Amino acid sequence: MKTTSPMGLIRRYTSAERANHWLTAITFMLLAFSGLALFHPSMFWFSQFFGGPVWTRILHPYIGVVMFLSFAGLALKFWHHNLISRNDVEWLKRIGDVIRNREDRLPEVGRYNAGQKLLFWTMIATIPTLLITGIIIWRPWFAGYFPIDVIRIAVLLHAVCAFVMISGIIVHIYAAIWIRGTVGAMVRGTVTRAWASKHHPGWYKRILQGGNKS
Amino acid sequence: MSLQSLDITRRSATTTPPPQQRQQQEVAKLIDVTKCIGCKACQSACQEWNDLREEVGINEGSYQNPHDLTENSWTLMRFAEHEQNGTLEWLIRKDGCMHCADPGCLKACPSPGAIIQYSNGIVDFQEEHCIGCGYCVAGCPFDVPRISKKDSKAYKCTLCSDRVSVGLEPACIKACPTQALVFGSKEDMIDHANDRIADLKERGYDQAGLYDPAGVGGTHVMYVLHHADQPQLYNDLPKEPAISPTVGLWKGVMKPLATAAMLFTALAGFFHYVTIGPNDAEDDEEHKA
Repeated sequence: MKTTSPMGLIRRYTSAERANHWLTAITFMLLAFSGLALFHPSMFWFSQFFGGPVWTRILHPYIGVVMFLSFAGLALKFWHHNLISRNDVEWLKRIGDVIRNREDRLPEVGRYNAGQKLLFWTMIATIPTLLITGIIIWRPWFAGYFPIDVIRIAVLLHAVCAFVMISGIIVHIYAAIWIRGTVGAMVRGTVTRAWASKHHPGWYKRILQGGNKS
Repeated sequence: MSLQSLDITRRSATTTPPPQQRQQQEVAKLIDVTKCIGCKACQSACQEWNDLREEVGINEGSYQNPHDLTENSWTLMRFAEHEQNGTLEWLIRKDGCMHCADPGCLKACPSPGAIIQYSNGIVDFQEEHCIGCGYCVAGCPFDVPRISKKDSKAYKCTLCSDRVSVGLEPACIKACPTQALVFGSKEDMIDHANDRIADLKERGYDQAGLYDPAGVGGTHVMYVLHHADQPQLYNDLPKEPAISPTVGLWKGVMKPLATAAMLFTALAGFFHYVTIGPNDAEDDEEHKA
């Protein structure tokens, strides 16, 4: 695959990767809104987006299964880019510089920075837990097979994992707005050379060296 | 049943006060286990009044029929055979919703108004608002609510809230031939229970006592037990029932804190953008292509 285009744009994601990401994103949004509707009464009105509260309860778990499968695709594709390195620890220690846009003071970032990697592993921990606990509390199909004590733990864990995940995704979405030019990577699949050299210099160097797409 | 509207103490998934201008007297059903003969008239009366019919089941060697509470059987005689000091005691307990002062079902319910607690103490499901999530099942310390296989709504004893609201006693009370079941103000029922307990103690039941568990704030269905020190003898009536700590954490502390934290995270992003601002590689001379 060609990684650079005549306009100087660099390809970061293939069309299949983008579609996979957006399927996960859309199902996540549906899950977050339907789940929050049942989490706190202040957000109960979100259930109107789903055809009412009963439909919210019915649809949520099915959408959950779709998100799990979709995310599994992303995880299999990207896990090896998300292994934590020594540089990542250093990057996290300088989170203050990250927040203040002082990227020149940070260790060299490869394809993903430590924040992105941390989000990846947060999703790896929470999404399968959400699936398992979700099945345990899924009515009318599965909840009847589990003892009430197990259901009580599952329902709490489900809420905790959902909270961690939603908070993580809020950061993820904001980071894409904050770091200009990032949304294009996932929408059209390309980034500019300036973007790559500033935010992911390690990855950019590898691209220049041999057109290594990863 | 939405008959009363000015006397609601609590309403599920509602953060503002419900209509509670009118204060009713607290009521209670007292089940005197020591007087019960296991005739099941209360079970029949419940189905009769509420127009429900249980499916014909199979005998599994016990008088207990059906084997468990169901969406059609809101009350059930539970039979236990207990041997102690060479004697056999047949402990029969009428099971059903206890109408807790601090109801776990109501705390867990995510649907506004699907569970309400009247000021007379009755905890009532409003099935038209029920979404079928089953959280009430997780919330209940007594394993009472049942989700219907027909409509995925939760059902349980209403303490005949429709009858009580017009000054009648619950149907089960009306049918009991031995006055093992009595109904009245909670205060009167406690007085009545104390008389019964004194009588039982005189007759050798040293541990006779009232079951009105404090862990759920007291209940509006109470038992007189001959072995009040061992409620678990009566088909596992819990000794110290309370809302489970996991449910308490989930619906207590976590609900408002997690909501605030998510809101705060989103706001932190917005304020980062308007103070520190975006990070744009194209503005940067050094990285310009």
